[in-house]
Amino acid sequence: MRYLPLTEADRREMLAAIGAPSVDALFGDVPLAARLDQPIAGLAPHQGELQVERALSRLAARNVPAGSCPSFLGAGAYRHHVPAAVDQLLTRGEFLTSYTPYQPEVTQGTLQYLFEFQTQVALITGMDVANASMYDGATACAEAVLMANRVTRRNRAVLSGGLHPHYREVTATTTGVLGVDLVTLPADPKGIEDLTAAIDDKTSCVVVQNPTLFGHVADLTPLAEACHAKGALLVVVVTEVVSLGLMPSPGSMGADIVVAEGQSIGNGLNFGGPYLGLFATRDKFVRQLPGRLCGETVDADGKRGFVLTLSTREQHIRREKATSNICTNSGLCALAFTMHLSLLGEVGFTGLAQLNHAKAVQLADKLAAAGVTVANDGFFNEFTVKVDGDAAALVDRLADEPLLAGVPVSRFYPGQADLAGLLLVAVTETTTEDDMDALVNALKDLALGGTK
Amino acid sequence: MNTQGRKTTPDAETAAGTDVGTYTGNRGLVHEEPLIFELDNPGVTGVDLEAAPAVTSRLGGLKARAGIGLPGLSEPTVVRHYTRLSQKNFGIDSTMYPLGSCTMKHNPRLNEKLARLAGFSDIHPMQPQSTVQGALELIDQLAHWLKTLTGMPAVAMSPAAGAHGELCGLMAIRAALQARGETGRTRVLVPESAHGTNPATAAFCGFTVDAIPAEANGRVSVEAVKAKLGPDVACIMLTNPNTCGLFEPQVKEIADAVHAAGGYFYCDGANYNAIVGRVRPADLGVDAMHINLHKTFSTPHGGGGPGSGPVVLSDALAPYAPLPYVVHGADGLRLVEHAADAEGRPFGRMKAFHGQMGMFVRALAYILSHGADGLRQASSDAVLNANYVKARLQDVMSVPFDGYCMHEALFDDRFLKDTGVTTLDFAKAMIDEGFHPMTMYFPLVVHGAFLIEPTETEPKATLDQFIGAMRHLAGKAKAGDAAHFLAAPRYTPRRRLDETGAARKPVLRWTPPAA
Repeated sequence: MRYLPLTEADRREMLAAIGAPSVDALFGDVPLAARLDQPIAGLAPHQGELQVERALSRLAARNVPAGSCPSFLGAGAYRHHVPAAVDQLLTRGEFLTSYTPYQPEVTQGTLQYLFEFQTQVALITGMDVANASMYDGATACAEAVLMANRVTRRNRAVLSGGLHPHYREVTATTTGVLGVDLVTLPADPKGIEDLTAAIDDKTSCVVVQNPTLFGHVADLTPLAEACHAKGALLVVVVTEVVSLGLMPSPGSMGADIVVAEGQSIGNGLNFGGPYLGLFATRDKFVRQLPGRLCGETVDADGKRGFVLTLSTREQHIRREKATSNICTNSGLCALAFTMHLSLLGEVGFTGLAQLNHAKAVQLADKLAAAGVTVANDGFFNEFTVKVDGDAAALVDRLADEPLLAGVPVSRFYPGQADLAGLLLVAVTETTTEDDMDALVNALKDLALGGTK
Repeated sequence: MNTQGRKTTPDAETAAGTDVGTYTGNRGLVHEEPLIFELDNPGVTGVDLEAAPAVTSRLGGLKARAGIGLPGLSEPTVVRHYTRLSQKNFGIDSTMYPLGSCTMKHNPRLNEKLARLAGFSDIHPMQPQSTVQGALELIDQLAHWLKTLTGMPAVAMSPAAGAHGELCGLMAIRAALQARGETGRTRVLVPESAHGTNPATAAFCGFTVDAIPAEANGRVSVEAVKAKLGPDVACIMLTNPNTCGLFEPQVKEIADAVHAAGGYFYCDGANYNAIVGRVRPADLGVDAMHINLHKTFSTPHGGGGPGSGPVVLSDALAPYAPLPYVVHGADGLRLVEHAADAEGRPFGRMKAFHGQMGMFVRALAYILSHGADGLRQASSDAVLNANYVKARLQDVMSVPFDGYCMHEALFDDRFLKDTGVTTLDFAKAMIDEGFHPMTMYFPLVVHGAFLIEPTETEPKATLDQFIGAMRHLAGKAKAGDAAHFLAAPRYTPRRRLDETGAARKPVLRWTPPAA
């Protein structure tokens, strides 16, 4: 077996050195009744690369890659172009096969990119400080609510109806076991909810997504002021991190905690994971942060170096008193993110955001011209289209072409008749004008009562 | 891995540099690489974008932002930057990396190639399910093998890492207790030797933590567990093989006692790699166990993640498995994404989408590559390698627990008594010998722990070299050469770093120098 270097002669020699009669003897503590002596049921013997590649390629071939057809899927996961250099560098074994940098002298590479990553996340969110990553945007959102509760010593969080429903569910699951009181506003497809009315003296935080699930964008400054007037924190969720290259930063609008899904930068769609949770806040709350933090220091020669720091917040030191139970995070996804953002730089990141927005406007204009209803006034690179009838059925029908027309809102809110005709349509730099025309034609036919 | 109690401020007398000095500060292959922010060349970019179509902005009245402060770098500069950073890292690819409990085994490159197939890497989680049947089948196949290998009837695939899997298991237990109307069960039993994530997870899930003391032989005894059982106990969280590298011989009796008292058995599966193909956790009375795909099934650790932590569940807990999950339907496979569609009573959702698909592909490739014979051989060789290291070092180091170990060998620091050398110092000297250190100061139940996990992918020649280096260092320490250790490491890009200073005045990001 190609991954196992020991020969039978090695094994005999090693057993002799140990003084054990057999490998089975080493498992002597296992109760007899629990020893498995027959082979694993149904599993073939070891196979070569060729055979395994053949088996998995067969499964891969039964999926329709988003890049193989016009695709307008978003709703928390976006198909962007990742520069070739990112994956080439990412697979260097010194990055790929390294562990969490607990021995800083032999992991300065990992630690330096984490320090750079934290700085980049702080810059794009407009915050003071960011951690070294969370599992994904949804788990970061749940952790943000728990952190706001610790900071404010309150127990009630208000969740906007524009928040991604999966984020709401993960937050409800995670905080529910701790008895957190969640005030959840109904789905807000029109972007008109009044969150300020929901804030009171018991509110620890308001969680608002910008742009919202439905694509609406807002100036959050008045909401931040309303939160702060009641002693609550504003938690801003960003599911499309490219928007931060064009929209005012959450920090500049008064956010206290910013959580984001970082997948759009450096990371592929991967059917939903692994993704990259971003978590940023103000300096004054840093000791309440969940997760790992990398900090600058000096070595014995006085040279600048980096270490994991403030670990007295973390589970391996504080055990049941830790700020979170998180250990493994999304290190390699953070590396992909920081490499892609380094390649983009100021010019590239703002340019990419402008390109995404301009293309989305172009599609919205084309749709409107064809008589299709775009429900948004303002948006970044995703908006809501209103179709006659069931958007989910339409999406399923178009998938056969194949054309991935977007995410029907009913996938998140099944059985809600008022939402059944809504379709979330996302555009990125990967969308071509031909792609747009394919979608416009498909929806136009429908708007005109066609049977396509 | 635990770093408690270690000395982290460099001594002045050990601070003497070893450099003869160069003009650049570089030392041959090792470069003094600035931060990306210090490489900034404003206006430069490493990405060429097409011109944006001329449209009227529709940002809802928001003003476009400017002046973010990101540095400008060309592609060649970026490539060189990250190449140089990579050269300051140890990986499994560079050297033996025997971090106990972390399972740093070889990461097969075939698995990297397959995870990058467009049919896996370029599919969107919300695509119509008719367009992702292969992906659902991959999840279903991996789920099948995880269930088969563990003997468990169900598995929740979505948790993102080990600690996330622990949370999933405890939430399922909580939901099952609630369904039984036993909300008074709020206490979770956790042995002292447990990973820090265990008590942290229990607290994160709203339980109180009650520690079970370890026996003198490094095991948990059924009597110690029974003494803690009561009508308020929700479950026990037991790592098996445990963090001392020992199989818990009374595990079945412990499970039976916990069950008899109305509690559940959560098994921390971090060390499952020692027993794959040789023991099925179901036969030990387990109700829930997470499997770290990044340990047992060798998906890359990536400098701290991403991981993946599917949780196998017993019949008692299966109905509470979180959303979403894959089921067989009339038209093929489909995802159950809403409680209303579920047969059971899912406790909620763990993560935005369906789980760590990229890790699933690699783990399935690992299982199929090894096959039935290879998986069992891998566990056997992992245990053999650890016992070989233990056998050949026990006369010069000190062993807290006699007898055979499983996949990792535990030593304590008694052999360093009166040498002036600590476990930390010893670890730093191992770095100079070209090895990544073992896990140190964990588990907490032995003093100055050295937890060595060679894994099955180390050849005997490497083990022999490692053993030789460890014997050499142990001899040096006992011969009174503490200075050798206190000045280590000498041959790394950075020498010992001031961790105390880093925590006292945290600098967590770059800021532009004052003009």
